[in-house]
Amino acid sequence: MTALRLYVAQRLTAALMVPMIAVHLVTIIYAINAGLSAEEILSRTRGSVGWGGFYALFVICAAIHGSIGIRTVLQEWTLVRARGADVLSVVFCVTLLILGMRAVVAVVS
Amino acid sequence: MTNMLSVKIWRGGSEGAFTAYSVPSQDSQTVLDVVTWVQRNADPALTYRFACRVGMCGSCAMTVNGVPRWTCRTHVSKVAKDGALTIAPLTNLPVIKDLACDMEAFFDKWQRADGRFVPSKSRHDAIPAIRPDGSKRVAADEAIECINCAVCYAACDTVTWNVDYLGPAALNRAWTLVNDERDAGQKSRLEAVTADGGCLSCHSHQTCHELCPNQLNPTRSIAGLKRTAASAWWKGDVR
Ligand code: SF4
Ligand code: SF4
Ligand code: FES
Repeated sequence: MTALRLYVAQRLTAALMVPMIAVHLVTIIYAINAGLSAEEILSRTRGSVGWGGFYALFVICAAIHGSIGIRTVLQEWTLVRARGADVLSVVFCVTLLILGMRAVVAVVS
Repeated sequence: MTNMLSVKIWRGGSEGAFTAYSVPSQDSQTVLDVVTWVQRNADPALTYRFACRVGMCGSCAMTVNGVPRWTCRTHVSKVAKDGALTIAPLTNLPVIKDLACDMEAFFDKWQRADGRFVPSKSRHDAIPAIRPDGSKRVAADEAIECINCAVCYAACDTVTWNVDYLGPAALNRAWTLVNDERDAGQKSRLEAVTADGGCLSCHSHQTCHELCPNQLNPTRSIAGLKRTAASAWWKGDVR
């Protein structure tokens, strides 16, 4: 049952992302309030397994969660047929993974 | 002099147009009374469905001023805007003629959702006792009151967007059987309702609940199916 697997994957990634979004928000608010410069931020993230792992997992969850949603939107709101929606949402997922991982690599390496 | 209602009624099949009629207004008049008046007094060729006239049979649903309703129990005074009524066939179903829709897709989906009882005992076994206050019986209590009127089906945007979506009524029916301890078709039903176009496609926006004339809550039934499906997946019973 592909539909059930996708449903479970979307719910599980959502459940993971809820606390992660909270951590992410607190982090950016802290960084701005503390007036951290780009240099100071990078000095904390470079080489950090914790931040690298956190944001890599976030990117993976977002890519999976978002592309499952996009698949539904394409199927319901556009003329793309089921197969086409599958292909486009996989392309969307891979694009998000590449863009997101590039960003993660940029701040930890 | 009697007050007159200005009534527009859909005439024709999927290609057609509204025809205007002037219908005498009466106390406690229902939308079905209006349609019946038109057929008896203005145009005997007007086609529509009804049977019980008391909200039991589910055959009289139409779109009244843009909203799907059971017409036999919808009072004109509640829905007319300045004495004007626009009456059309239900949406999301093909029109046969005038106010009568082809209900085949609606009932086919009850079958696709495995919406039929699968016996687990023969006539030689004792009849299993179902406690009225048992948790499964209570979960199905409300949902079994469905009269198959298709108001929810016409109201559901997801049906409009996805022709394969089983829709609120069929899934609500499946939920009653998921909670039937005597039923032997659980696995295949769970597979049927979790396939593409099944309960997982529901967006939970509750239009079905808002417009169900019996105030049933198919959204809640569908949420129950989703929970049951997710836990069956967790246990490895369905994939
Ligand atoms: S809650 Fe689900 S079944 Fe009800 S109208 Fe919305 S999508 Fe349709
Ligand atoms: S759930 Fe309500 S609206 Fe839908 S078919 Fe049953 S009675 Fe009609
Ligand atoms: S005529 Fe039977 S429910 Fe309206």
